Amino acid sequence: MAAYLVRRLIQSALILLGVSFITFLLLFVLPADPVRQIAGRSATPQTVANIREQLGLDQPFVVQYARYLGGLVQGDLGRSYLQKTEVATLIAARLPATLLLMAGAILCELVLGLTMGVIAALRRGRIADQALMMTSFIAVSAPQFVVSLLLLYVFAVRLGWFPIGGYGTFAHLVLPALTLGILGSGWYSRMMRSAMIDVLRTDYIRTARAKGLGRARVILRHALPNAVLPVIAMIGIDIGIFMGGIVVVESVFGWPGIGQLAWQGIQRIDIPIIMGVTLVSACAIVIGNLLADLVTPFIDPRIRLR
Amino acid sequence: MSGTVLAPMSAAPRGASARLMRRPLALIGIALIALVVAGAVLAPWLAPYPPEAQHFDGLTIEGAPLPPGGAYPLGTDLLGRDLLSRILYGARTSLVIGVVANGMALTIGTLVGLVAGYFRGWIGAVLMRFTDLMMAFPALLLAITLAAIFTPSLWIVAMVIALVNWVQTARVIYTETTALAAREFIAAERALGAGTGRILWHHILPHLVPTIIVWGTLGISTTVLLEATLSYLGVGVQPPTPSWGNIIFENQTYFQSAPWLVFLPGAAILLLALAFNLVGDALRDVLDPTQRGQD
Repeated sequence: MAAYLVRRLIQSALILLGVSFITFLLLFVLPADPVRQIAGRSATPQTVANIREQLGLDQPFVVQYARYLGGLVQGDLGRSYLQKTEVATLIAARLPATLLLMAGAILCELVLGLTMGVIAALRRGRIADQALMMTSFIAVSAPQFVVSLLLLYVFAVRLGWFPIGGYGTFAHLVLPALTLGILGSGWYSRMMRSAMIDVLRTDYIRTARAKGLGRARVILRHALPNAVLPVIAMIGIDIGIFMGGIVVVESVFGWPGIGQLAWQGIQRIDIPIIMGVTLVSACAIVIGNLLADLVTPFIDPRIRLR
Repeated sequence: MSGTVLAPMSAAPRGASARLMRRPLALIGIALIALVVAGAVLAPWLAPYPPEAQHFDGLTIEGAPLPPGGAYPLGTDLLGRDLLSRILYGARTSLVIGVVANGMALTIGTLVGLVAGYFRGWIGAVLMRFTDLMMAFPALLLAITLAAIFTPSLWIVAMVIALVNWVQTARVIYTETTALAAREFIAAERALGAGTGRILWHHILPHLVPTIIVWGTLGISTTVLLEATLSYLGVGVQPPTPSWGNIIFENQTYFQSAPWLVFLPGAAILLLALAFNLVGDALRDVLDPTQRGQD
């Protein structure tokens, strides 16, 4: 276990190093000139050259990347070109909002997805099952910006139950969390349905039924706990999907998280911000995958990590 | 020459299409795809107006878009253009990107998975570590960054989508290729002196066809959604070329007073993505022998 953990941590570190290298390289070779953005259109060539030198952007790629890595190992993500603030500070200020949104989204997708999946499994092959599976297909096929706008239109504009956007109260959290949760609920309901169907086929469920336990007791006490754990362990893998979704959802709802920060950074070619958010997202994805793998032996002791 | 009989070009189980036709969800999907393809191909005849034509009578006196009905069946957009015509021509954009970007992603993914799975060794290790690395990339963030930096044309958008979407295919193809490469009939081919290219092309690839079909179909759905998202953010297909995503991007300021401008193209995106998901999922059940007999 310890050896496994050490190996996985080293692998994760290498993956993050690779992500930083590729992102840096892409931003270096692509025809994006951040200096023009900073200097503005009327800047003289001299000003442009000065800014380029100040930011170290006149240096060769290897030097620039080495400098970036040097900062990175000390926890320094560089300074935003346009906001003149440390990127680490900007991200730290916005991370709580994103984490709150994610927690809300995970709650939504689990409640919706697991309920749908269990009902579908119990009504397998009937109309309710087919309707629920069709719903789950619709959930995974709906573009998140359309879902955002639809929820906003119905529940904020028409019904006035929730604010149109912003941050601060529980009411602000509901619609963006629901938008992210709807997509996930589609995946979870399908996984939950097949996990539940598999468990209902096992011998111990037949035994429980044979010894005369009631249907509700068999399902709630014997089947559900065994079916639900492997599905919940998938949360770690979700993080990657969330990291994409927050860019769109945070922009639509005006949610002040790192997704919105990323979108602002991308529009202004603010390279340190793009790098910072990409690395933080990649970090979250890597940690999520690692956690998902680490919890499996606890859920199913037959599985050993090697 | 090895002198062996040619393997059948497809290892798809017989009767797959008949079994597909018995699934109601798959039929709904096929019908929806046929509808969108018909709309895209016949757009010049079906569309009441050219998609870029701005009509003087297409706006109210206050300059607001017209609601559905009358001379403009689905209403007009903020510039007084006919929404139905733009949605019909937008179907072309979605389908072209869906097919081209997904075709590229599928080709890259299959090549990487095939080579890595067959050769293993250092080349396989390098390719699969690179694939792991791409899995850790926040795909949408990468796509948005790339699309925002280039001046996006239809082809660049397709390329960006292909660059972030090949990874899943590569992993699946890799797993299947490693399993196939270890089978006896491949060892026998090698013993008979068949060259690597011949084994890959004639003996491994045909067995991967069902997987490629399934992932190719599901991938179109992902591609359609990604294109719509990029275009909605304004870094995808650029107006005046209509795309369902950029119709919403252009008109979202009117979304409270003219919701049809957002939700009709939105419904079109949803239906097309849904169609390919339904068909892809049914294909997976029909083509995968381990799933047979289950619902």
